[in-house]
This record gives sequence, C-alpha cells and structure tokens, in this order.
Amino acid sequence: MTEHTGPAIQSARQRVTQKTKAPVWALLFESIVRGVTGAVILVLFFLMGTILFRGGGQITPEFLLQAPRDGMTAGGIFPAIMGTFFVVLFMIIMALPLGVFGAVYMVEYSKGGLMSRIIRAAVNNLAGVPSIVFGLFGLGFFVLFVGRNLDYHIYGVPRTAEEVRQIQAELAPLRAEAQDEAMALADEQDIVDPAEREAFIEQYVEEQMPAVSRTVFGQGAMFWAAATLAILVLPFVIVATEEALRAVPPSTREAAYGLGATRWQVIATVVLPQAKPGILTGAILAVARGAGELAPILFVGVTFFTPGLPLTEPINLGLFSIPVVNPFEEFMHLNYHIYTMATQHHDPIGTRGIQFGTTLVLVALTFVMNLMAIMLRRRYSRKG
Amino acid sequence: MSIAIQHSPQANPAPAGGKASDKAYLQVKNLSVHYGETQALFDVSFDTEKHCVLALIGPSGCGKSTLIKAINRILELTPGTRIGGDVLIQNESIFGQKVDLITLRQRVGMVFQRPNPFPKSIYDNVAYGLRIHGVKDRPTLDEVVEWALKQAALWDEVKDRLRTSALDLSGGQQQRLCIARALAVQPDVLLMDEPCSALDPIASGKIEELIMRLKQDYTILVVTHNMQQAARISDYTALMWLGKLIEHNRTEDVFTNPKEKITEDYITGRSG
Ligand SMILES: Nc1ncnc2c1ncn2[C@@H]1O[C@H](COP(=O)(O)OP(=O)(O)OP(=O)(O)O)[C@@H](O)[C@H]1O
Ligand SMILES: [Mg+2]
Repeated sequence: MTEHTGPAIQSARQRVTQKTKAPVWALLFESIVRGVTGAVILVLFFLMGTILFRGGGQITPEFLLQAPRDGMTAGGIFPAIMGTFFVVLFMIIMALPLGVFGAVYMVEYSKGGLMSRIIRAAVNNLAGVPSIVFGLFGLGFFVLFVGRNLDYHIYGVPRTAEEVRQIQAELAPLRAEAQDEAMALADEQDIVDPAEREAFIEQYVEEQMPAVSRTVFGQGAMFWAAATLAILVLPFVIVATEEALRAVPPSTREAAYGLGATRWQVIATVVLPQAKPGILTGAILAVARGAGELAPILFVGVTFFTPGLPLTEPINLGLFSIPVVNPFEEFMHLNYHIYTMATQHHDPIGTRGIQFGTTLVLVALTFVMNLMAIMLRRRYSRKG
Repeated sequence: MSIAIQHSPQANPAPAGGKASDKAYLQVKNLSVHYGETQALFDVSFDTEKHCVLALIGPSGCGKSTLIKAINRILELTPGTRIGGDVLIQNESIFGQKVDLITLRQRVGMVFQRPNPFPKSIYDNVAYGLRIHGVKDRPTLDEVVEWALKQAALWDEVKDRLRTSALDLSGGQQQRLCIARALAVQPDVLLMDEPCSALDPIASGKIEELIMRLKQDYTILVVTHNMQQAARISDYTALMWLGKLIEHNRTEDVFTNPKEKITEDYITGRSG
C-alpha cells in the first residue's frame, strides 16, 4: 500500500483530516447571508400576519357564498371566487394538452430538429414577455380578431364601418317593405296620433328586421381570458413536461423498445405514466401562476360586478338539472376585485375589510395549490 | 475515420437446405460500430448455429454489450451511433428495407445488463410485451405470466405479490423479472447481457438450467464474466478484445485448446 501514498497524497490527507479555521471573509459572508435570510422571513411573516389578522375576521359563510350588494359595500365575493376558479380551470384545460403535446413532440419526435428549435425559441421568448402585453394580445387577437370574425361569419355582425353601411344598404329594401307594412297596419288599426304612429311603426320595423348587432364572441369573456392565461402559462407546462420526459431513463425506454413496442406505445405506456407526477406538478404551478395574474385578463372580460355566475340554461337530466357556466360571458375575479375595491370604489377606506378578506382567500387558494404541487413532487421523488 | 452505413441488401442465396441455414442461423458480418468519434466494434464477423448457446466473453469495455445491442437494433436508440456491416438472421438482413423493427425486436428478445423493470407491478411488467402486441385475454395473460416467472425461477418468491411494484424487488429479483419479461413475448433469439451478475449461486444455477433448457427452442447469446459459467452452459464461445473478435470456436476448444495467446491469458486469469 505504501507505494500509493506519495508526498502529494499524504499532504492532501493531512489537509482533509486537519480541522481548518474559517477565514474572516467566510465569517463575514455567512453573517450577511443569515441577515438577509432573516430579513426576508421577517417581511414574509409581516405580510402574512397582516393579511391573516385583518382578513381572517372577514371570512364568514356569507362572505364566501354571496354576491356583493349595497353598492359593493356588503355581501360576499362568491362570483369572484367562482370566476377565478373557472377561468383557471378553462386555462389549464387549454394549456395542459397543448403543452404536453408540444413537449412530447420536442423530446420524443423532433430531437433537436428545426421544429423543436422553433418551439424552444417561442417558449424562451414567451416567458420573458411582460404580462400586460399578454392582456393586449388577448384583446387584440382573441376578442377583436377571433371573436369579431366568429360573430361576423356566424351571425353576420359587421366588423367595420364599411360593413355596417353595406349591411344597411342590403337591408334597405327589407326595411322599406317593413315600413310599408307597418303603415298599412297603422291605418288598419286607426292609429292617428303622429307620435303614437311613429312609435308603432318603429317598433314594428325593429321586430321585423333581423338582429345584426348581437355580439356573442366579439366581447371580453371568460373563455378569451382563459385562452390568454393559457398562453401565459404554456411555457411553464412545456418546460415542466420536458424535464419530466427527459427524467425517464433511457434504459426504461430501451426495455420497452426491446419488447417490440412502437414509439407511440413507448410514449403512452411507459414514458408518460412515469412523467405524470412531474407533468402534474408543472400543471399545478401553472395554475397557481395563472390564478395570481391580473394584467393578462384586464382587457379580456373581467368585470367589476356580476350578480352571480354567468350561467347558460341548465342541462336538464330529468331528476335534476346541471347549471352550466357560460364561458362567453364576462366574469368577476378575485385579483380584479381587490384592485377595484382599493382603487375604483367610491369608499376604498370603508371596504378595507372586504379587500383584506379577498386577499386572504386569494392567498389561501394559491397556497393550497402550491402545497398540492409539493406533495405530488414528494410522492414522485419517493417512488423514483 | 468514418464508416458509412452499408446495410448491404445483398442478394441472399437461397439456403441450400435446412441444415445449412441452421449452421449459420445468425450471421454477423463485418460489423463496426462508432459512438460518435470513438469506435467500439471493429469488423466483427461470426456465425451462430440455431438452437445453440454462444457465450461472449472478454474484459470490461471490449464491446460485448455493443455487439448484442446491435443484433436487435436497440443500439440505434443511442444518439450518435453509426453502424457498418450487416447482421443476418436466417439469411435475411436485419437492416433490410422491408424489416419491421417491431417484429424484429419481438423475435430477438433482450435481457439488459442492468435490470430495467418498468415502474409498474410485477404482473404488468411480465405482461407488457404481450399487451403491446394486442393480447388482452385475461386467462392467456395469467398463464403466460406464471409460465415466464416460473422459467425465470422467480415465481415462488413473487406469486403472492404480483400486484406490487417491481421496483420493490431486490436487484437479483429484478434481473430475473427482466428475464421473465423477455421470455413472455416468445422470441426466437435471446440476447442476455450478464443475466447472472447480481444473482446468488442458487439463482445463478437456476438461470443456467433455464438457458440449457431454452436452447431446445431458442438461439441464445449470453454475455458473461464468469468463465466457469461460460464453460458450463455454452456450445460456442467468442472472446472479444478491444472491440475485435479474437477467437470464436466450440467452447471445449476455446477452453482446452485456445488458438490465441490472448484467449489463453484471459481464460486463465492472467489478464483482463
Ligand atoms: N453510449 C455510449 N457512448 C459512448 N461510448 C460508449 C457508449 N456505450 C459504450 N461505449 C463505449 O464502447 C465501448 C464498449 O462498450 P460496451 O458497453 O459494449 O462494453 P462491454 O464489453 O459490454 O463492457 P462490460 O463488460 O463492462 O459491460 C466502451 O469503450 C465504452 O466506453
Ligand atoms: Mg456490457
């Protein structure tokens, strides 16, 4: 053994076994790190403490389950809770499949190919865009471009002044016809008073004319808000999925290929199941992020007040009926509620309690979602 | 140095008779493999008889795993590999245009050097190969799973916990599970990369018995570092050295009367 222990090895061994004294700069560095850590924790405690202390008393069943009333000075925040919940739900329903497909394509199909480089560039750049820009994009693309065009092609709603004129011109004969009918009817019914007669004719014509001003898609709506948020969180989903897919060891893939599995079978039966916890963690973090954003949805359908949830006709199943959220309506949102109560309300001081209560609900919601992500990850790492 | 892929789709002369094709059931022809810039196999050629066991021996890093991974084309999954030369099974190139990778890999089963069970239950691991080939029938699956686990000498240890995760098995149990998993798809050729490396002598003995039994129906290539094992179970032995095939002969001849000095040194433990 002695021939292996030359002078270099011996001195190294000495150094390792010797107890070394930390130099001054190391001590200094350590105390700075401790101080900063302490300060951060202190700030966090102060923040959480304030929210808990001032918002806690606000949380009552009424606050959680009723709509605001009395000019937003009383009542609860139920529509805002539900609005937040559903917009985030729709968001993840859109972002998760899209993100997972993108990541699977990048990792399993186009390894380092042109397409995957394009996706990567898009992901990197999307992650750096300020969130208000997403809001403008949502308004410009989803509401004004997609929504208006849907309205135009489905319901014939004009998009431009030119189209308005055009439609009016097209409808002119129809209108004239209706007017003639109305006048004949007025004569028949002996309506002679000029004001009464005019009102009668106008009403009759309006009833006969096809409705062209109905906007269904071309306005801010929960669906467009969800789509905008989906684009915002897409990079998170893609990156998380990518990491989860890459974490599946090549040996497992080889095992499946070695038994004669096709690429799709390997992905569906081995890779995705193994990556599932990682993907779910990413999804939950995306949800938490999406729930915390206000700027992207600011122009895309969030509103100051709705008395309840935007609902469609309930689906009747005989024994009971299911209420259905109409995603093409405007909605309330916790973040916007806090913002409007604090800055737009006529009595921002008097409604402090509501503001703190709403904040507490929002923080609790985000906290629960992060907790879920952590628990999932822990289960994952225990198995792997 | 670069060798272009030359999957020679040579016109295969029809086998002169059943016997002739059995003699050269699996042919490796001038096989060269590069991992990026480093060459791992140099011009390896040999034939293997049908229903025989070929033991591949040689020092660590000499290319044994590389060689057998080339035979079911799993090697291609490693990015940056280049393969030259050809491998023929029953006179048909495995690199041919018409070859279906799925069928090839089902016919040429593989047990990897490191156990790689799926993070699924024991049962699902063994049934995996059948399921991806469309077998759904429960009784059939049950029967094959039991048969395969018995073959791999694992049944008694796991028969009461088939639904538990395969990852909870010991290393040696996982190795036998992977053998069972490979057997379940009924391959013709079985490639086994150190199937006994993590096994105690009793389990090793059972796997050796299994190999001897299986060669009635299968053609088996087995990598091993255990010279006694190679001598016991194989009909032919091939010694590899730094990516080259040094000697390939009947096992008795290799062990009693090696032609090459390297072989003699290696099997007597003077090198490697
Ligand atoms: N994925 C890889 N990338 C680069 N080089 C590799 C790769 N796999 C193997 N090699 C190299 O190829 C050579 C042969 O490796 P191989 O795994 O075939 O050896 P082996 O004979 O199976 O060794 P062992 O007995 O240790 O399993 C080695 O030099 C190794 O470093
Ligand atoms: Mg090896």
